[in-house]
Amino acid sequence: MRFFLLLILSAFSMSAAAEVKEYTLTLRNHKFVPATLTIPANTKVKLLVVNEDATPEEFESHELNREKIVTGKGRITVYVGPLKPGKYPFFGEFHMDTAQGVLIAK
Amino acid sequence: MLATLLLVFREVLEAALIVSIVAAATRGVSGRGAWIGGGLALGVVGAVLVAVFAGGIADAMSGMGQEWFNAIVLLAAVVMIGWHVVWMSRHGRELSLHMKSVGSAVSAGSRPMTALLVVVALAVLREGSEIVLFGYGLLAGGSSVASLAFGGLLGLAIGVALGFALYFGLLKIPMRHFFSATNGLLVLLAAGLASTAAGKLVQADALPTLVDTLWDSSWLLTDDSLTGHTLHILVGYTAQPSGIQMLFYAVTVAVLLVGTRFFSHPVSKPAASSPQALA
Repeated sequence: MRFFLLLILSAFSMSAAAEVKEYTLTLRNHKFVPATLTIPANTKVKLLVVNEDATPEEFESHELNREKIVTGKGRITVYVGPLKPGKYPFFGEFHMDTAQGVLIAK
Repeated sequence: MLATLLLVFREVLEAALIVSIVAAATRGVSGRGAWIGGGLALGVVGAVLVAVFAGGIADAMSGMGQEWFNAIVLLAAVVMIGWHVVWMSRHGRELSLHMKSVGSAVSAGSRPMTALLVVVALAVLREGSEIVLFGYGLLAGGSSVASLAFGGLLGLAIGVALGFALYFGLLKIPMRHFFSATNGLLVLLAAGLASTAAGKLVQADALPTLVDTLWDSSWLLTDDSLTGHTLHILVGYTAQPSGIQMLFYAVTVAVLLVGTRFFSHPVSKPAASSPQALA
């Protein structure tokens, strides 16, 4: 049990200490700009989702296990990865007909 | 309109299924309608408040407030369900015996109905706040009130109908198995909520995933399919779970099973003490 806690704590401190690269996704007219974003695989990155629309949106991805509301004119930070190389679709749940995008890890 | 219907349906379904399990689990309790109704009403008020303060919640905890808020709401529901499950393991048998012999309602007595009221309220709060934000966005974006109301009410009606279907399905379970069945469902529900909470804390960067993707069953059942979504609500299914989610799930099931064993036979000492070896 103690060993296990140590394992969690060390993993936590490592993840907190690592320098992470930042990428920006902008929501404009309920579309993601860019709709395709390439990030390095096998490393944690920080996604900044900036909502330029006046209405709220929910950034969501089943493949990334992420779900987060961004208010109108608001911005959120979403950490993703380390990801295996591949394609990870994401969408805006409040405007699913337009707000679609894909993250490419390579 | 279709987008509104689908979103409202998805959110309502989650709350409706949880409420129907709670409603079934409180079968025969007099005045349970008021408890559940109270939970629904509190949930709706909470949903509006959460939506109004969404910006403030999101900015808290260095931008990770939303994750922490959701995780706390989910874990609070887990604790409340756990309390009820352990309580029922002690009193469930006498309750079903009583209901079989008398065929009438029993008074809530010392039963932790407050716990289930909180579970109902939190389920509605979580799902309802998204509907409020979505609806506000559509109205602010110039959508017509009529199309929003029509889609929303239709989505609400379908979600509630499925909740009732589950409820009446559960009532068909024979009385002598009834409370074990609803208790089992509550354990799986709690485990699923705990796993979702773990996911939120990973997203908040507060917990490691341990294993990023334990398995990928999206080829079989995706999260956004109706079956996948329903199973996600009921038993916590997710196509690509992380290691920490599985750990939260397993620990919740283990704690509740040990808890029910431990408390269900207060007189037989050897049987009650054996699960301690696991802890």
